[in-house]
Amino acid sequence: MKKLVVYLVCEPETPELAEAAVEGGADLVELGFPFSDPLAEGPTIRLACERALARGMRTKQCLECLAEVRSRVDVPLVPMTYAAILEAYGYERFVADTRAAGATTAIVVDLPVEGHPEVPRIQLVAPTSTDERLAACAAATDGWLYLVTLTGTTGARGEVSSALAGLVERTRALTDVPLYAGFGISTPAHAAAVAELADGVVVGSRAVQVAEEGPRALRDYVRSLRGAIDAVATAV
Amino acid sequence: MTTTFGAYGGRYVPETLIPALDELTAGWQQACKDDAFRREVHELLTSYAGRPTPLTLASRFAPNRRIYLKREDILHTGAHKLNNALGQAVLARRLGKHRIVAETGAGQHGVATATVCARFGFDCVVYMGAEDMRRQRPNVERMQLLGAEVRPVEFGTKTLKEATSEAIRDWITNVETTHYLIGSCVGPAPYPEIVRELQRVIGEEAREQLLAAEGRLPEAVVACVGGGSNAIGVFYAFLDDDLRLVGVEAAGAASLGTGRTGILHGARSSILADADGQIADAHSISAGLDYPGVGPEHAALRDSGRAEYVPCTDEQALAAFHRLAETEGIIPALESSHALACALELDEELVLVCLSGRGDKDLAEVLAHDVGLRPDTAEQ
Repeated sequence: MKKLVVYLVCEPETPELAEAAVEGGADLVELGFPFSDPLAEGPTIRLACERALARGMRTKQCLECLAEVRSRVDVPLVPMTYAAILEAYGYERFVADTRAAGATTAIVVDLPVEGHPEVPRIQLVAPTSTDERLAACAAATDGWLYLVTLTGTTGARGEVSSALAGLVERTRALTDVPLYAGFGISTPAHAAAVAELADGVVVGSRAVQVAEEGPRALRDYVRSLRGAIDAVATAV
Repeated sequence: MTTTFGAYGGRYVPETLIPALDELTAGWQQACKDDAFRREVHELLTSYAGRPTPLTLASRFAPNRRIYLKREDILHTGAHKLNNALGQAVLARRLGKHRIVAETGAGQHGVATATVCARFGFDCVVYMGAEDMRRQRPNVERMQLLGAEVRPVEFGTKTLKEATSEAIRDWITNVETTHYLIGSCVGPAPYPEIVRELQRVIGEEAREQLLAAEGRLPEAVVACVGGGSNAIGVFYAFLDDDLRLVGVEAAGAASLGTGRTGILHGARSSILADADGQIADAHSISAGLDYPGVGPEHAALRDSGRAEYVPCTDEQALAAFHRLAETEGIIPALESSHALACALELDEELVLVCLSGRGDKDLAEVLAHDVGLRPDTAEQ
């Protein structure tokens, strides 16, 4: 089965939203711990982070949010954030406290593979990554490898990046770890196209947008992605 | 190659950029070993930019003392920023990049970048906070006249911090065709080292000129610090000398004086942030100093005690701005006015000040402040 990953920013409503996403068929939920200057984010997630920060969602509140989500759903939960947050909180302390709150691993967008081995995390690779870096990231990653489908920031796009197929091919030749692809995936058709190539599909910006309409809208949206992905799996 | 300065520096960027930073590092190392690169940069600095810039004794500005001004304000485009922009443009061409993105605060780096792009035939996009576009209008017009596209950044503080983030996001998106021409000694490695190496000409010239004029070294070297490129450029030649190195920060943007260790724009440094690592807002009348971060090498120089960093208020800077204009016939940039204000307060008799830029761009802001039209900027 292909995996479906849904990203949400930690806010007061997030536990309810995460529950809806799982009801809709999400296999894993990424929980964004907002940072004021998120370099990899396009406008949608950047704005959501600004809003969350304005509502007081600092590291402590995000950990509480994570624990609350954990109490409601059984799927793996992965905090996704930036190195500045760990730098301030303490790298080992961040690992300990996120695990205690129910996290499976973490994603730190701007912490390259060379540094901080004390933080087990999902590594990201991009179309610009060399084979040497693909191999290093695959060897170091904690579970699956996050394939950034395009050269750019997060955000919905018209089509799935043409760079993804090549990246999957190069990475598959180097590793057996599961490959989940994200960035720019927003529609069921996108999700299906990505599921043809990768082991998992990550949906971020569009999920954050739909979540603003409430849990029911999010559940329906995730269900539509789930259906499209499962249709591919069945066909294969 | 220096990737860290003590505990500071590094490369805290998304994976997409790592190969570009590796490529830049390799290209820079090759260029440094290549006489043709050094000759070309030197030739541009002399025949195009106007180096060496003079050293001026400011005897009416500071009677009974010997305060020398290193006149980067006279450099083509009106600030030290061109030293770095020219060098990086030559480097970008060697890397096969024909599109340049940059951030700008006061607009001086944006103008320098637009200038070199016109000279080299590069496409140029400059990100600038909407608030800075308002207070540095002449520089926006200059950039546009030079053929650059100025993209306003309308979110957050609408100043240099957000402009830098947006320039980096553009670079992430267009990394295969684009060189990010960063304007200060900040950002991920190798940028802080590249910018320092391209700016160290300021201190090297000044050291020779001062020795020729006075037969001795200054007792103190003073420069304003936003990101810190003119300061590292003038300090570097004097690091091993027995004299004070004084960096002057805007009181409301004192990343070194009141900041904490954190990560911003790809590097670990001393930054204005809260206990959770969220970046705090900086405040300065001077757009070029209105930045919550600082170059990692300055953080290391502060920790080692080799350089000291002091604050200067908007009012002190404005007073020095007027004083230099009225006593020497030189209108300094508001940024440089912070260094001038500090130099006046020092006990040392022989002092070198880096006059990093000229103040034409600041006239509207200063005049508005003087007549009290903008009480919001008159706050400390």
